[in-house]
Amino acid sequence: MTTTTSRSPSPAATGAPRAAASPARAFLAVLWRDLYVTGRELPVFLAQVVLQPLFLLFVFGKVLTDLGFAQGGYTRILFPGILALTAFVTGLQSTAFPLVIDFSFTKEIEDRLLAPLPVGMVAVEKVIFASLRALLAALVMLPIGVWILGSIPWRASGLPLFVAILVFGCLVGSCLGMIMGTAVPPNRINVMFALVLTPLLFTGASQYPWASLDHLPWFQVVTACNPLTYVSEGMRAAMVPDVPHIAPWISVLVLTVTIVVSMAVGIRLFLRRAID
Amino acid sequence: MLSACQLRKTTLAVDGHMEVSVNGNGQAPVVEVRDLVKRYRKAKGNAVDGVSFAVRRGEVFGLLGPNGAGKTTTVGILTTRVRRTGGTAGVSGVDVGTDPVRARSLVAVVPQRNNLDRSLSIRQNLLFHAAYHGVPAAERARRADALLEEFGLDERANDKPDMFSGGQAQRVMVARALMHAPEVLFLDEPTTGLDPAARLFVWDRVRDLKARGVTIVLTTHDMDEAAQLADRVGIMDHGKLLALGTPAALTRGLPGRTTLEVAVALDGIPGNGLLGELGRLGGVERVEQVASPGGLRARLYLTGEAPQLVAPVAAVVAGHRARLTDVTIGIPSLEDVFIALTGRTLR
Repeated sequence: MTTTTSRSPSPAATGAPRAAASPARAFLAVLWRDLYVTGRELPVFLAQVVLQPLFLLFVFGKVLTDLGFAQGGYTRILFPGILALTAFVTGLQSTAFPLVIDFSFTKEIEDRLLAPLPVGMVAVEKVIFASLRALLAALVMLPIGVWILGSIPWRASGLPLFVAILVFGCLVGSCLGMIMGTAVPPNRINVMFALVLTPLLFTGASQYPWASLDHLPWFQVVTACNPLTYVSEGMRAAMVPDVPHIAPWISVLVLTVTIVVSMAVGIRLFLRRAID
Repeated sequence: MLSACQLRKTTLAVDGHMEVSVNGNGQAPVVEVRDLVKRYRKAKGNAVDGVSFAVRRGEVFGLLGPNGAGKTTTVGILTTRVRRTGGTAGVSGVDVGTDPVRARSLVAVVPQRNNLDRSLSIRQNLLFHAAYHGVPAAERARRADALLEEFGLDERANDKPDMFSGGQAQRVMVARALMHAPEVLFLDEPTTGLDPAARLFVWDRVRDLKARGVTIVLTTHDMDEAAQLADRVGIMDHGKLLALGTPAALTRGLPGRTTLEVAVALDGIPGNGLLGELGRLGGVERVEQVASPGGLRARLYLTGEAPQLVAPVAAVVAGHRARLTDVTIGIPSLEDVFIALTGRTLR
């Protein structure tokens, strides 16, 4: 090896020590990049993710009840559902959109795919980052709920289940978003969001308790297929247990299985896009 | 004319020579590829089809070939973005297929397309890249500032890459690639789509990097670029490495490709006898008449040096009472090597 001193940082030229690259450090640096970028545009991010649930909450929880089209107790059913919806959809959008853009158009992600960590860990980072965004969006909905509705249903004893369901809701949305972001060809992304996202929003038991659908059995079956239903129902179990809901252990079990399976499928699809 | 088969022998000879010299220095090659094969899903043929070569430390190695020759796929395998189907590929003794994580810290790649992080400024692009590679914070900042200055980017360090032209983005990507001090820098079609000034800037940077001992593998479909920059050139087509050697050795191996083109004003004299006599001159392999509006234009394919034939040619022309109006010497280029190997032009 030549050992001439020069301006170049190349070890081939300077004999400079090689950086102590490690997968763990690379993972944290990649996560830090995403957090840094989100942090810098935090107001835009919050406006983007909070506006939709805010309007849902306002129209269904405030306007309709004030006008007498919905009963006062409806807000107790709606608020946990809207929290679930916010966590789930923010997670889903935070993986699906950037991955479609990165893989198909900007190729920005390439520099991270060439970082010294297993490519599957880049996929895991995407899920964790999207879940953190989803968690933040859901937590911001708490003060917004108090502001719009006057009060939100809250019990300290439900806190462990609340935290667990919130985290699961963020993760399940992020994992499903990774599948959408890596499986769908870029020219179909608009169609996919219309055909997949909209039905997911309205079949997730966010705006109604699942048990009340027993008069509409076919719809009850449809909603039972949507993972969001178990986030909404789990939230109700934690916040308003007097409202009939799916047993929490079933919700936790279904969400756990969905997260594991969709994560595995998502990583596989991610690898297929990342490595030829 | 030399057949592809003969040239392949040249390849092996050059390769063999290289390995002897490598062993003589006691240094293993930095990049080593053996019998590399890549077949993409659903593809009919192999994109890379049994390619072998080795790159010495500090060398600029060029892969020359038309689009679809397998150059980018070869680089993709060496930079862990493409999974090989067969053979071996290693960087500094690390197998890129079995230990891609370690391999990634040894290589850097400047891709054909701008893939800079548009959410970050130029300086942050450099800093985050180094962070991914575990370079400590103070060292990151020092290297980023040095590279930004060197690449004439210091005044635009805080700009976002959206506002950059192709040539400027290219500079930033080269600077970014150097941030983690890689063992080998891969440049994939580094000047495709750049204006002439930006192209010369990239060429100068490559020469600078070589002067400092950075090992570079570049792909190009531009024979000038390969001849200008590369110490050795591998010519690829349809996934195969057809020839490998220094540009001089490759063109030297092309008898009959040095040409002498002469234009003659005949002034009413029939040209056939003149052409026949030119063809019988010593050192002339064959003669070809070239379409020309006035007079006679002939291309002589030579087995030897062209200048030595100018006087005998002039004598033959004078002997036929015709007037010599133009003489052009054609030196074979890498393009001619490619044509000799494939029967096609590079583009």
